[in-house]
Amino acid sequence: MTKYTDQGKNDTRSGYGAAMTELGRNNPKVVALCADLVGSLKIQEFIDENPDRFFQVGIAEANMMGIAAGLTIGGYIPFTGTFANFSTGRVYDQIRQSIAYSGKNVKICASHAGITLGEDGATHQILEDIGLMKMLPGMTVINPCDYNQTKAATLAIADHEGPVYLRFGRPKVANFTPVDQKFEIGKALMLNEGSDVTIIATGHLVWQSLIAAENLESQGISAEVINIHTIKPLDEEAILKSVKKTGCVVTAEEHNYLGGLGESVARTLTTQHPTPQAFVATQDTFGESGTPEQLMDKYGLNNKAIEEAVLNVLKRKA
Amino acid sequence: MPQLQELQDLVVQVRRDIVRMVHKVNSGHPGGSLGCTEFFVALYNEIMNLKEGFDMDGKEEDLFFLSNGHISPVYYSVLARKGYFPVDELNTFRLINSRLQGHPTTHEGLPGVRIASGSLGQGMSVAVGAALAKKLNGDDHLVYSLHGDGELQEGQNWEAIMFAAGNNVDNLIATVDHNGQQIDGATKDVLPMGDLRKKFEAFGWEVMEIKNGNNLEEVIAGLNKAKSLAGNGKPVCVIMDTVMGNGVDFMMYTHAWHGKAPNDEQLATALAQNPETLGDY
Repeated sequence: MTKYTDQGKNDTRSGYGAAMTELGRNNPKVVALCADLVGSLKIQEFIDENPDRFFQVGIAEANMMGIAAGLTIGGYIPFTGTFANFSTGRVYDQIRQSIAYSGKNVKICASHAGITLGEDGATHQILEDIGLMKMLPGMTVINPCDYNQTKAATLAIADHEGPVYLRFGRPKVANFTPVDQKFEIGKALMLNEGSDVTIIATGHLVWQSLIAAENLESQGISAEVINIHTIKPLDEEAILKSVKKTGCVVTAEEHNYLGGLGESVARTLTTQHPTPQAFVATQDTFGESGTPEQLMDKYGLNNKAIEEAVLNVLKRKA
Repeated sequence: MPQLQELQDLVVQVRRDIVRMVHKVNSGHPGGSLGCTEFFVALYNEIMNLKEGFDMDGKEEDLFFLSNGHISPVYYSVLARKGYFPVDELNTFRLINSRLQGHPTTHEGLPGVRIASGSLGQGMSVAVGAALAKKLNGDDHLVYSLHGDGELQEGQNWEAIMFAAGNNVDNLIATVDHNGQQIDGATKDVLPMGDLRKKFEAFGWEVMEIKNGNNLEEVIAGLNKAKSLAGNGKPVCVIMDTVMGNGVDFMMYTHAWHGKAPNDEQLATALAQNPETLGDY
């Protein structure tokens, strides 16, 4: 894992904010909306520099989604901002009818996704959002892994025509992908080549997978690590290529095993190349209060859980 | 500008289209459609400033959003007869592979439609967004929208109503089809909504009324007045009293024809009450 080192912990939502500042300067069609969470979404600089292109909607997420849909009529590219829970479940039908079914070019940008929101507890966490969003026809679903990648993803989706769900988190985590990386929607990234097992991870679990791979290497297990930042459309080619080499797979995500990345990978494998798979994900449960580290440990979402899953799936390998 | 008689003829023809469309597929929503026929005819042929052709962005022209999407028959008929798509296509309403879906959608690319609607309560927000885009574009055209009165029971409307006033979205004219009916009965019985005028006023809107929304001249005069009220810092609400099922006597003054199609005999009666004017599709 010499290729990747933590350049200094940072939060993915700040990557979003930094990209919004750039978009504000470089793309006059980008407008931002927020439902009373400007500080959380880190978009104050965008607002200061582009007051006319920012809409504070108050605590009214349903209205925010509808206004965003309307703003596309006239050529704007709206970026909505609130927590992942309030970006998806709370406004599912608004997204479904006014954005997805209507084919509107809205970027639904969601911070505080997953369980690492921490102490606020399950009312504010969400472990179902990837599933909710990936089921909507035409919706692109992206879950970048660190600050740099979130920034790159935010810039990239502005140039993509169509609705996008961009999911990122609250805590400061390792920032290890390259600064100013090129972000290609739908393109998996090979982070560590290996031959015994494929670890396919998204979001905060990517860094945990790299740690797991390093620990496994010391046990003589060669783990390939793939960063799937785009859950839909899924880079099936990259997944199949790797799995055909290694013969087993662990998927890792900060999300319920129902409806998440793991299920998308399983569908690809069962239809094209049946392969033993283990799921690192929450087990159909709500979260609770605690520090992000405590929660990731309790709910089996860290490098230890990934290592265990690898050891288990290796036993099932033909 | 078309003569009033031409528009009256169009109203009668649109009524025929509505009942024929829903009769053919034995489904659809004639009641609310008939109640808003004069509004649609006036809006598209007398009130709105429209470009030739159709593009999604609708820059440099007025826009309209139908929030209560179930009254698609009147919308489709008026769009077709305005030239957005062939009138013959009304034959395909609600059929498989049609652009004329049960509720309006952009999904099949039907010219004239800019948002899907049908799941109620979302159109006000969309209209507000489109009005904001017009302001950003320096486009001084107006955005019109139509909402059912029962539809105002959906809470999202009041989020949008609050936002529009708080942000001086004064290029928006939202009309409420005040027919007092909804699926389960009279709105006053299903869920009394109190004084809508006072509610909109309390939220900071300019409110006016059209007392007979089934009188074409009154609708035209009312919408022209609404236009004159736009641009003064407040969004404009038009509370338009209509009779559900207007123009077909047995469909009037009841919610029974909200989502029910006439049988052959009832169709004949409805058509006899509305003799062909511009030619059936």
